[in-house]
Amino acid sequence: MSSEDGRDRVDVRIDSPAREGLTGTTPANVYGPLHDPEQVTIAPDGRPMHAQPAWRTDFPIDWPQDHYVERREFMKFMVLTSLAFTVGQFWIAAQNWWRRRRGALPIVPVASVADVPVGGTLLFSYPTEHDPCVLIRTAERTFIAYSQKCTHLSCAVVPHVEAGVIRCPCHDGLFELASGRPLAGPPRRPLSRVRLAFNGDQILASGVEERTV
Amino acid sequence: MSVNRPFTRAQRTTIVSGMLAFVVIIVVLQLYLLTATMNAYLGGDESLVWPAAAASLVCLLLNAGLLRYLYKIERTRQ
Repeated sequence: MSSEDGRDRVDVRIDSPAREGLTGTTPANVYGPLHDPEQVTIAPDGRPMHAQPAWRTDFPIDWPQDHYVERREFMKFMVLTSLAFTVGQFWIAAQNWWRRRRGALPIVPVASVADVPVGGTLLFSYPTEHDPCVLIRTAERTFIAYSQKCTHLSCAVVPHVEAGVIRCPCHDGLFELASGRPLAGPPRRPLSRVRLAFNGDQILASGVEERTV
Repeated sequence: MSVNRPFTRAQRTTIVSGMLAFVVIIVVLQLYLLTATMNAYLGGDESLVWPAAAASLVCLLLNAGLLRYLYKIERTRQ
């Protein structure tokens, strides 16, 4: 477009094709906003920005976005925790399968009757050398045997035959001598009982009985 | 006719808070399941080992589904 003096004149219309590309002439609706319209800074106390301390004005944080992201990240963490618990469940199931696959425990001689006086005890290992057990003779013809591992945290328990209890020295857990049931302290499950059999004068261990109550 | 509009951030925050409440409840349930199962297993009770594992797996799938939905609504935002 030329004027009467022969000079080109710029079309004043903002959307004129001739103005395309000229600095400062692009219509405002051509480009999107630089920021997400939801990206608004709201201070945690809810007061307007001009009432906030200078450091908050200098380094504004988009708190609503921050709240959203922290909930989302916490949810991811919780789902990972859920995965860990599920893995733990299947680990127990695998251990259970392995225990069943092992089959019946062997029958092994523990001691002879004469080795344990009435009111006395004898330590032995069953079914493996890493499973300490205690044999107790409570009367002339009465023998009982338990795993020596406390059902709380596997400390070695100590029988007190005269008091009729088995005590765990770590956290003062008490078990009944006759049944192995917990009487006091943190243990919730009875001691594992070792099944005994007799072959003449020999005392044999023939299995382990684990109990929940 | 339904209009499939993306959620606003405020709506997504509400949704994620609700889902988080569900997920936390489910995870607490799983923790209870794990401790109860461990107690039963150590006590020689094998009857609830596999049902508890299956229940825990269902809980995990539920949680994973909720997380997947969260990512889905994140992708559809403008």
